Parts: sequence; structure tokens; C-alpha cells
Amino acid sequence: MALQSLDIVRRSATTLPSPEARIPVGTEEVAKLIDTTQCIGCKACQVACMEWNDLRDEIGTNTGHYQNPHDLTENSWTLMRFAEVENTKGDLEWLIRKDGCMHCKDPGCLKACPSPGAIVQYANGIVDFHEENCIGCGYCVTGCPFNVPRISKKDRKAYKCTLCSDRVAVGLEPACIKSCPTGALVFGTKENMKQHAAERIEDLKSRGFENAGLYDPEGVGGTHVMYVLHHADQPELYNDLPKDPHISPMVRTWKGMAKPLALAAMAFTALAGFFHYIGVGPDETDAEDEANAEEMGKKLERTP
Amino acid sequence: MNDTIRPGTSHPNRPAWIVRYTAKERVSHWIVAMAFVLAGLSGLALFHPALFWLSNFFGGGPWTRIIHPWVGLLMVVAFAYYGSGKARENRMEPRDWQWLRQIRDVMSNREERLPEVGRYNAGQKLVFYAAVLCLLALLLTGIVIWRAWFSQYFPLTLIRWSALIHALCAFVLICTIIIHIYAAIWVKGSIRAMTRGTVTPGWVWKHHRAWFRELMTQNAASSRPRSD
Repeated sequence: MALQSLDIVRRSATTLPSPEARIPVGTEEVAKLIDTTQCIGCKACQVACMEWNDLRDEIGTNTGHYQNPHDLTENSWTLMRFAEVENTKGDLEWLIRKDGCMHCKDPGCLKACPSPGAIVQYANGIVDFHEENCIGCGYCVTGCPFNVPRISKKDRKAYKCTLCSDRVAVGLEPACIKSCPTGALVFGTKENMKQHAAERIEDLKSRGFENAGLYDPEGVGGTHVMYVLHHADQPELYNDLPKDPHISPMVRTWKGMAKPLALAAMAFTALAGFFHYIGVGPDETDAEDEANAEEMGKKLERTP
Repeated sequence: MNDTIRPGTSHPNRPAWIVRYTAKERVSHWIVAMAFVLAGLSGLALFHPALFWLSNFFGGGPWTRIIHPWVGLLMVVAFAYYGSGKARENRMEPRDWQWLRQIRDVMSNREERLPEVGRYNAGQKLVFYAAVLCLLALLLTGIVIWRAWFSQYFPLTLIRWSALIHALCAFVLICTIIIHIYAAIWVKGSIRAMTRGTVTPGWVWKHHRAWFRELMTQNAASSRPRSD
């Protein structure tokens, strides 16, 4: 969804900077805060996401688990992930995490994408896929440290949560936020969300969750979707939320240094050839060589 | 007189042309070459944003993504056909290592100082090995990153490694082929060998003398009247 009202700060497969003359006054970075400690797993956010974005996933099968659908898909951009964890006291904890795009400050999908303008990052921090420019290669899947983008089997385009960029652009909150009955989902400027999280964490600590904390991983420059976790020291308890996510070094090399170096080396190889021809010249066969060949031919004919 | 040596008109017993590549070899070589150009250009379009415009040759970004793996497969299959049976002729021999040590003489057109060369010189042999290794690696990693059909069967870490190795091997192959193409322009008569199939005896004598001896000895043996 190309929205002129949102300023684009980063654009996939674009080597020069985005237009920078306009300095949008008052555009602050936004964030969605997901307080896992207040989530009851009602999935209202999943329904709201379907409603607003006109998405209808396939009706799946029940595998005796609350998680439904089983994974993020091109039609399910957000998903409650349920984890049953036994804590050190031997009690069962039901850890529910709303999964979806984290809207990284340093997005691996955008870094990996080969198609100009298929992935953009707005000044407010939202990372958005523009499907009309998507070529369906799946490099975004390769680049994402959170394994979020999904390629549609129908149209081979990549899809994921937009953080309701269309709603945010006109001053509304994302659809999922609207639907949350417990206040586990809140939306605002990133600064405000951090303050709100700090209050929540203080409260949790006072109630015995000494490892409660905010999940805003530094490895990807911070995210515009953050979690309050009861066990911030063990994010992997929440269905393998990565402890220290960062863009893979393979992707960094492939979409970083390798690009200019390889291009330069190829150009250099071709130039070396050209100047060798100019400097040394062609290797030609002349009449003398033909005479030598004939002579050797005769000689070899005579000697058995 | 065997099939490799074609008699001239003035001296029926003297060879006028020597067949270096048969029609089968030429056709399969040029299928590999065309597939290489198409796979290379479509791959470069996806590799560097500055070259994304190359995707216009293929009907846009999505078509580039669709076509690339198929022409890649065509290249592998055509090369397998072309290259099969060439492994023995491309085996490195002691004289080839000597040839490589004298690469300065090679580069300066001082061929008279070099050891005699068989059907292929050391440079050509290295191109052959580079092509075999790169194409094999490109095939394997290409399957892993072929999103439409296979990527769902592989873990993300393997896909990331494959993307990087695929790009690396493509880079090595492209540089190798640039050298290969330049060598054909540099050594006059080579392009005729791969388009018409024939070279002159002088060309073989100059560039592949050991092969020339072999051919002439065989020719002498086969054209000599039988004693019985």
C-alpha cells in the first residue's frame, strides 16, 4: 500500500538515499506494545486483523492445541502462540505471545529484497511490503530474523503485518489494538510505549516476576513491536522468541560487501582483458606456422 | 586419413583443416553459452540493485524470478552433455603445471618458450574444472533457494548459506567465463573452432603441438598402405 502521507526513509534495492528535503514535523516513531502478562489468548486481535485487512485463511484442522492456525500464513498476519512451560517451582505457566512482524529498525527483509520499492520503511518506523513491486523470490523470508514473511501460493507475493499502516497514516490505531479486551495491546509513540512498559515491569517485579522486562532487541536496532515479558531473561520460552535476533551474517555479506566487490571484480576482469588486447595484442597464426605444421606433418609421416 | 583431418584441394594428402569441435559439441556448447548469458543477466538483476533494470529483458521482476532457475537448469543439463567425456582430456599433467608457472610467457604471446600443449592447455583445463565445480554448487544451492518449489523443505540457516554460496559461485563462474571469452578473442582462430568446427594445421601446431603430433602420427599410421 503506497501511502504518500507517510514519508519513506528506506526503500529496498535502492542504493541512493530517499528524498530528504521534507522533515516531517511531529512524525515520531510509533510502536505496538504487547504485554504478554495481560494477554488471555482470546484471539480477538487475530479476528480484527482478518476483518480490517480482508483476509480469510483456510479452515485448518484441530490438533488438540489452542494455536490456530498453526503458523503465520499469507492470510494470517498475526497469531497467538501458546506455550505451556513448567517453571522452577513446578508450576505450569501458560505463556501466550501474539506473533507477527516486529517492524525492526534494521529490517532483514528490506536488506535482502532485490526489487526496488517492494519493501519500504516509513519515518514512523513501520516496515511495509508493497506487493505491486514484489517479485516473489522469497529473499525477505531468508533475511528476516523472526521468520515472519510468507509467500502466497496463490499469487507468489510476500505478505505480513503492515502495522495497519493505512490506519496509522490517518491517525487511527492498528485494528488489533482496537479489539484487545484486556489492554494487553497498546499503541503510541515508541517513547510512550517504553514508559508504559516500564510501569508495567515495575508492577510485575513488585509481584514476584523479578526477571520481567521489555523486549526491544538491540541486534536489529530495536523494534516497533515490543513485548513485555514475565521472563525477559528467557524469551525463547515464548515459542522460541529469539534471545538476540540480528540479521544473519550470511545475509549481511550477501547483501552487503559482496554486491559492490563482486561487481567491481567482474568489471575489472573484463577491463583487464580489454587492456591486454590493447597492450599485448592478439595471438595470431601466420603462414610460417602453417609451413612449420606442414614440415612436421611430413616428418611424422616418414617416421613410422 | 581419419575424420578429424580434412584434405585440402591442392595437396590431397596434406591436411587443410583439422576438426576441433564436432557439430554436436558446437551445438551443445552454444546452448550452454546462451543459457549462461540468460541465467547470468537474470541473476545479476537480482544480485545488485544497480542491475535490476536487466530484469526488463525478461519481462519484469516476477518473470526474471520465474525464468532464472529454469535457464540455470538448462545450462547444467547442456553442460553435462557437453562436458561428459571431456574429463580425461582435461586431466592436469606435469607439462600443464609448467605451463602455468610460465604464465608470463603465455600472457606475452611467447608460446615458443612454453611446453607442448595437448588438446587443451592448462588455462582451458582450469576453466573446465571451474565450470564443473561452480555449476554443481549452483545447482545444489539453487534448488535450496528455489522458493516456488523447494525452499519450504529446507531450514532457514541452510537457505541463507545457499544464497551466499550461490552468489559466490555465480561470481566465480562469470569471471571465469569473461576470461574464457577474452581468450577466444585473443587467440585468433578459436572462435572459428567453435562456430565452424575447424582450425588450420598451423593453428594446432602453434597452440596445441602435442595434439598435433598425436593427430599426424595417427594419420600417418592410418593412411600408410598395409603391408599384408
